[in-house]
Amino acid sequence: MESFNVLDAKGLACPMPIVKTKKAIGEMETGQVLEIHTTDKGAKSDLSAWAKSGGHELVKHEEDNGVFTFWIKKG
Amino acid sequence: MTIQAMTAQEVTMKVFNKEELFIVDVRNESDFKDWKIEGENFEHINTPYFELLDGVEEMIKEIPTHKEVLVVCAKEGSSVMVAEMLSDYGVDVFYLKGGMKAWSEHIEPVKVGDLDDGGEMYQFVRVGKGCLSYMVVSDGEAAVIDATRMTDIYLDFAISKGAKITNVFDTHLHADHISGGRTIAEKTGAAYWLPPKDATEVTFDYSPLEDGHDVVIGNTTISIAALYSPGHTIGSTSFVVGNKFLLSGDILFIDSIGRPDLAGMAEDWVGDLRETLYERYRQLSEELIVLPAHFMIIDELNEDGSVSERLGTLFTNNHGLRIENETEFRHLVTENLPPQPHAFQEIREVNMGKISPDLEQQREMEIGPNRCAVR
Repeated sequence: MESFNVLDAKGLACPMPIVKTKKAIGEMETGQVLEIHTTDKGAKSDLSAWAKSGGHELVKHEEDNGVFTFWIKKG
Repeated sequence: MTIQAMTAQEVTMKVFNKEELFIVDVRNESDFKDWKIEGENFEHINTPYFELLDGVEEMIKEIPTHKEVLVVCAKEGSSVMVAEMLSDYGVDVFYLKGGMKAWSEHIEPVKVGDLDDGGEMYQFVRVGKGCLSYMVVSDGEAAVIDATRMTDIYLDFAISKGAKITNVFDTHLHADHISGGRTIAEKTGAAYWLPPKDATEVTFDYSPLEDGHDVVIGNTTISIAALYSPGHTIGSTSFVVGNKFLLSGDILFIDSIGRPDLAGMAEDWVGDLRETLYERYRQLSEELIVLPAHFMIIDELNEDGSVSERLGTLFTNNHGLRIENETEFRHLVTENLPPQPHAFQEIREVNMGKISPDLEQQREMEIGPNRCAVR
């Protein structure tokens, strides 16, 4: 998947992954995709809920060796 | 205005003392619906922290000025952020130290009574998760029953009582929380007793606990008599301690009864559960004080925070003990059951010694309420 921007939020604890995601998405255009890397397990349900409430789309997520990767399309 | 940490212990005292508290829970909605901090006079609002990043202006009008306000999140970080935002609006506010993770792990020891010859019975109340474990102390010796994985509290408590832990029991193979029994036994050299029918797959050595077996604690002969009482699991065993207390495990609670489905055998075990509750327990003295391994709702707590009731009173008041019709009973315990505990299969495997997750994974598995009962 082509990502407009990649956000490295590894090692950051809640609420920072979402705070940074919000900021990054805010600087993007509708339809562009942000790729987020985080090691915070709680980020999964929070990011999907946040994306939904903000009108963005959680396109895909993966877990590999403790690192969670999310692709969010700006709505 | 000021921001202060409130510890899980301080919140526990507010639960016990039925104090008022206004809780601003900033976890996501599904986590909040699943499990929250309960107290008789606690009020809640739930707005996820990620919806408050632009400010708390919307929320501020819902915050009372005459009550203590506690902001709660999963681990602490987001609650501090929201507490700071509220404080900017002039609200004096607390955040929960360690978040729901700390709330899940906090344990409060409460004395439930004396035994003959100077023995004492203590209940360890894990308020956040509704788990209850026990320590019998008698004449320099102690026994621990249904210990949680927070083993230091039992080890330290025994030391403070000048007692050596010599026997550790689990009433059954737990599915809702990770047992600390094996760890305590290893650290103290105590015997670790398990019902053999629940232990067929365990990967470690244990002492088989069978019906009628009697273990003596201290020289004062506080006896712990095992009573085979299947139903929640096939091996479930209750204990009669000092002819005064009935430790009912996950078979009988104060306002509910055990569910038979957590090992996937609801249909097979419902008959056992009925026989235990309607025949075996009826042969016991009604004066025994029932001490269960869980509570489900905060109403089950006594004034001092303990959870206990006379067996005879439960025969009258507990709905699950008063269903004459066997078919109706079968329906109650096999249909429309509440959701199963989070990660209960994995928790059973940990308790069998089959998998050894790290501390963080163990915490994750145990998040949420116990859900071992049906009402």
